Amino acid sequence: MTKTKHETSIIASDKVPTITIIREFDAPRERVFRAWTDPELYAQWVGPRSVSTQIKKWSARTGGEWAMANYRDGEELASFFGSFHEVRAPERLVWTFTWEGAPDGVSLETMTFEELPGGRTRVTGVSVVESFEIRDQILASGMEVGVNEGYEKLDELLASQA
Amino acid sequence: MARDRLSRVFAALADPTRRDLVARLSEGDATVSELAAPYDVSVQAVSKHLRVLEEAGLVTRGRDAQRRPVHLEAEVFDLMTKWIERYRARAEERFRRLDELLDRMAEQEEPRSRHDREDVA
Repeated sequence: MTKTKHETSIIASDKVPTITIIREFDAPRERVFRAWTDPELYAQWVGPRSVSTQIKKWSARTGGEWAMANYRDGEELASFFGSFHEVRAPERLVWTFTWEGAPDGVSLETMTFEELPGGRTRVTGVSVVESFEIRDQILASGMEVGVNEGYEKLDELLASQA
Repeated sequence: MARDRLSRVFAALADPTRRDLVARLSEGDATVSELAAPYDVSVQAVSKHLRVLEEAGLVTRGRDAQRRPVHLEAEVFDLMTKWIERYRARAEERFRRLDELLDRMAEQEEPRSRHDREDVA
């Protein structure tokens, strides 16, 4: 089977504190939507490869709630929760997202699933946060492990300029 | 310590006027009065913004006593570009796992959908 090469694009707006993420998939929209909303399927791809994702709550319907956590060697690394604001199969999914490490922060994420010719799908996700500062921190950290490495590099860089 | 410095960079860039100053400085060095010209604010207000950028390590001031041109420290932004690229690479990794899952789903579904088509025919 010939595979088209897709690369994710990221757009960080300079007008509003958003992150836009765009990616195309060689699969029909219904299937992509299901991989995004079925908890067993979602857990299989969402976490980093080195960690396992456990879904704790998952009511993928408008007004439902969700919660999940990442584990490595049985140890919890990070946990997240939010609400499904709208689940409109197979075209639109809107949810809130909070990382429990920054419990005052919340991101509102809107995912649009667009049908493309040839049974393909384009997914566009727009995340809105409270400020540019928080948006940039999310970009810098990826909301995952490895944040410290970034800080260390910046520390070295700033120190070298002193 | 590193976290404080990083917070200072982000706080400095959270303000729209300072983001705009940074965008203009990316085109070349400029004096405070040149930078202040397009704004409806005093040179003093612009100086204050520049001090915040300077304390965050984002800009430096030239030694020329008269002009003291403001210079953007592009390295800090190269680092931010690298972070965005790393964020993108992580998303791409995640979506490649989704590609694989979608392929597995297709293998499971295709016999059924062929069957469906036979039913219709």
